[in-house]
Formats: sequence, structure tokens, C-alpha cells
Amino acid sequence: MKVASPRQRLLRNTWFYVAAFLTTAFVATPILFALFGGFKDNQQLRDNALGLPNPWNTENYTDVLAASTFWRQLANSVGIALATTFIVVMAAAMVAFVFARYAFRGREVLFMLFATGMMFPFAVAVLPLFVILRTMGMLNSPLGVILPQAAFGLPLTIIILRSFFRAIPAEVEEAAVIDGAGPWRFFTTIMLPMARPALATVSVLALVNSWNSFLLPLVVLQESQWWTLPIGATRFSGQFSTDTAKVLAFVMLAMLPALIFYAFAERHLISGLTAGSTKG
Amino acid sequence: MTLSQTSRPSSAEGRLANDGGGNRSRRRPAGRPSGGSIAGFIAPGLVLFSCFVLLPVAFAAYVGFYRWNGLGGIPTDFIGLDNYRNILSDSVFIGDLGRSAIIIVLSLAVQLPLAFALAMLLHQRFPGRTVFRLLFFVPYVLTEAVTAILFGLVFSPRQGFADQLLAAVGIDAEIGWLSDRSIVLYVVFGVLTWKFFGFHMILFLAGRQNIPDELYEAAAIDGATGAQSFRRITLPLMGPTIRITIFLSIIGVVQLFDLVWVLTQGGPFHASETMAITMYDQGFQRNQVGYASALSIVMFLLSLIFALFYQRFVLKRDLQGAITGNAGNQGGRS
Repeated sequence: MKVASPRQRLLRNTWFYVAAFLTTAFVATPILFALFGGFKDNQQLRDNALGLPNPWNTENYTDVLAASTFWRQLANSVGIALATTFIVVMAAAMVAFVFARYAFRGREVLFMLFATGMMFPFAVAVLPLFVILRTMGMLNSPLGVILPQAAFGLPLTIIILRSFFRAIPAEVEEAAVIDGAGPWRFFTTIMLPMARPALATVSVLALVNSWNSFLLPLVVLQESQWWTLPIGATRFSGQFSTDTAKVLAFVMLAMLPALIFYAFAERHLISGLTAGSTKG
Repeated sequence: MTLSQTSRPSSAEGRLANDGGGNRSRRRPAGRPSGGSIAGFIAPGLVLFSCFVLLPVAFAAYVGFYRWNGLGGIPTDFIGLDNYRNILSDSVFIGDLGRSAIIIVLSLAVQLPLAFALAMLLHQRFPGRTVFRLLFFVPYVLTEAVTAILFGLVFSPRQGFADQLLAAVGIDAEIGWLSDRSIVLYVVFGVLTWKFFGFHMILFLAGRQNIPDELYEAAAIDGATGAQSFRRITLPLMGPTIRITIFLSIIGVVQLFDLVWVLTQGGPFHASETMAITMYDQGFQRNQVGYASALSIVMFLLSLIFALFYQRFVLKRDLQGAITGNAGNQGGRS
């Protein structure tokens, strides 16, 4: 860790850039293949898979964007993600709040109960869940995806929010109680607004998990009107298996919302995803 | 303290919450909520959790003892442990275990060291490192299923990107990336690495950034070389991060489904099949619901045993029990 001479630093930086650019190539190549592939036609894809499109052909993208299915699936994905997030965050915040602020008999048992939920891999529950949803008549309904997703998101959300609620000083609560606030008012008017950073973190987690969710919508949403983007994309690629260029355009467009979200909410996203897994 | 909308606690919750507050909450001043209001806060979450997490898992445990095609009411053909015996002698399941082990070993030997090295790289100061950090995390942001479609096309025969790239450098062999039983698992692993290394890298980077610079400065004053600082400071202090990352890698393999299912459907001839795919195939495509439920339970037990073992013996010092968070400090005795 001595101060390096300019020459050493140059040499060092050169190696850094070599490694960084190699990794960039590894990461970017498949994505660029999709991006440019979408601008080619299938003839070009066969003769010129590696180069830039020539001529640039926008038909694949405009075809996908002109079809109502893509927009419908995008709307389904967004709607299901928002509903899941709202439900899991509200339900978890209420539970986390009483776990963090009040002592009552059975609190630790209940907390353990929720926390062991972290141990259930989703794949374990999907089959019985399917049978139960069928019995309840919730197949082919977005609720059949939303409610289980929210339920499986509860443990982690509760754990993260509980530690946050705990850190809020007792004086805040005393002041609220002196002003005559009951637990509900204390919770809604003071705790929730104070918890905004933590709520943002868990919301991002819930949004991303729902957005990426595949197995549950795959078995629950059998009718095309409710398909989410991941389901729609796999069906599309099956249906147009000979039209590679069009599938690439669809894939690129399906990746775009996540990329845009990442570009704007990078910090929240990274802190949410890392908090989510290290607390587990 | 009154909560109009929260009454109706189930009897159990009412009992649990009854002596809530009481004299027990020393830290908490007045304004103790009634048992009813505590139950009201917990009820929505508990109902949701019971219906969609606990009930299904209990139901799987129950159905696992029956032969059942999933149709009509409840299962009736009780066969005891037969499903479990069959699982243990099912060559596909045994194969799943072997393939999972291969992926785990490769992850620990290739993917995590790669992520670690890149994290060390990105911790250095050099122009542009923020951009690289952003770029390297991109694959993790993408949906697994969509990523798998993309790689299906990258590795498609002849006109796929991979074959074309080889042709461009003069190798004209047609490699059955996804159709050759002897290599498909490694191709899947390559895609998994592409998808997930950025995530581990970010964890490592965060761990590295938590080590105070003063330690390195002090070491440098004492004449330590870069390699010595790395071995004596970086590695030991990154221990907790490394152990967590290993844990996440291994536990992730048990549920591996989306990416592999869309990419290969577990094929050809089970050559890239995972436990979750076997379960899906048996339960949803062959209607062996009893058998697949037992398989779910086996997957659950495997993760549970591994998690408990790992936490007991490996993570103990780092976490004091990750499942309970830091409940131990405050709970129970309050």
C-alpha cells in the first residue's frame, strides 16, 4: 500500500481495464445480441449474427409494440407487482410494528413462526398451493398469484421492518401517547412516515420478486388474458420459434422495464436486494 | 387505545395477546394497546401467512403419504412411506442430487472466486469503476425466465450466437450446447454464472467496504506487503460475507427452476434436471401429486437440515441465529 509511482499506477490501471472490459464483454454480449438481433431479419441473423444490423430493420420491434398482447402482459405484470407489494408491505408493517414495540405473551413464538417461513423454498409449496387455489376457485385469477406471493414475502419484510421500528426511540412514542394517540394512530401517523426508507427497501424487494416471478403464474394463470411478461415471453418464444429475430425483439422489450427501473432506482435496488439476502 | 376496526381476534390470538403490555414492557411507557388491538395488527399478516404458506406446506406433508393424482376432493389411497422410498430409489432424483452437487462445487470453485476478484477490482479507485459496477449487476436485474429465452437463442444450433462466434474464428464444429447430454449442465452453469455473479460481487464489495482503511494503513506502516494485507486483513474480515455468500449459493440450488426449465426443461434425458424440475414434472405434468408432494417435503427437509447445520456450525459467530434475527437479545425475557 505504498504510494505507487506513476508508471506502476499506469500498469496497474491497465490490468484493471483489461479485466473490467473482458467482464463487460461477457455481460454485454448476450444483451447486445438481443438488442441488435431485434433489428435484423432472420436472413441477416443467419448470415451476420455477429455484426451490426444492415439495414436496420424496425419491423420486429414495431410488430411487438403494435400487438395488444405485449401491453396487456406488461399491465398484468405491473398490476400484480403493485398489488403484491402493497399487501405484503402493509400486512408486514403492522405485524412488525407490534413485534417491535409491544411485549405480549406469545410474541416470540409468533415471530419464530413467521421467521421459519424463510425456510420454505417457494418450490416446496407450489404444488399444494395449486391444489388449494383450485379448491378455492382462485385459478386463473390474479389474486391466486398476488396473495401467495405476498404471503411468501412476509417473513423477510417483517424481519427488516421490525429491526427498523425497534430503532425508533421510545421518546417518540411517549410524546405521541401524551398527545393522546392510540397504537393505530401512532402507527399510521408517526411510525409509517418515519419508516419511509425501510419501506422503500422492502417495497423494491417485493416489486422485483413479483416482477420476476415465474413458477406461480405459470401454474396459476392458464388463460392468456392474465399472463404476465415472463409467461408471455416464454409462450411467445414457443409460438414464434422459427422467427428468431422477432423473439429477440420481444425478449429485449421484456427486459427493458427492469433495465429502466434499475437505471433510475439503482441505489434502492442494490441496497434492497443485498439487505434482503443477508438478513436471510 | 381503542381500535374500532380490529376486534374479532380468534380465540388463540386473543389469549396470546391478552396480557400484552401489562407490567412486562418496561421500556414502553403508557398507551399500552389492548390485547384486541394487538391481535388486530397481527391478524391480516397471520391469516395470509397461514393460508398460503403454512397450510400448503402442511398439506404437502399430508398428501406425501398418499398415492394421489390430484383430482377430486382429498386423497384416500394411503401408502405410508412408499413415496419416500420410491424417491430414494428414483434414478432421476439421485441424479438431481448429483447434478446439484456439481453445480454447487462449480459455483464455489468458479463463480464465487470470480465475483470476489471483481469485487476486489471494483474496490480499487480507478476512473470508470462506477460504470463497471453498474454494468456487472445488470444480469441480476433481468428476469430469469426471459434470460433463459435469450440464452436459448444464443446457444441454438447453427444460427445461434455461440456457434456463429466459433465459426467466425474458424471452428466449424457444431456443438450441441443444449442438446449434448455431456455438456448441457456446464452450459447451464455458465448461464447461471452470467446471471448471478454480479449479485455475489455486490455482497463482496459491501463486505470489503466495511473494512476500515486504517487497518491497511497500520499494516503498511509495519511494512506489510499487499499480499500479506490481503491474507491477514481482507480475507479474515470478509469471512462473514464469504460464509453468507456460500450459504446463499448452496440454498439457491435446491430451488433452481425458472432458468433451467425455460432453457432446457431439464433435458435432454434429465441431463440438466433439478429437484424442482422433477417435482414440477411429476406433479403438474404426470399428475403424480402424492409423489411430487413427498418430493417437495424432501426438498424442504434438505434445505432445512442444511440451513440449521450451516447456522449452527458455520454462521454461529457471525449471526447469533439468522432465523431469529437478534430476538435473543430482547425477546423472551422481556
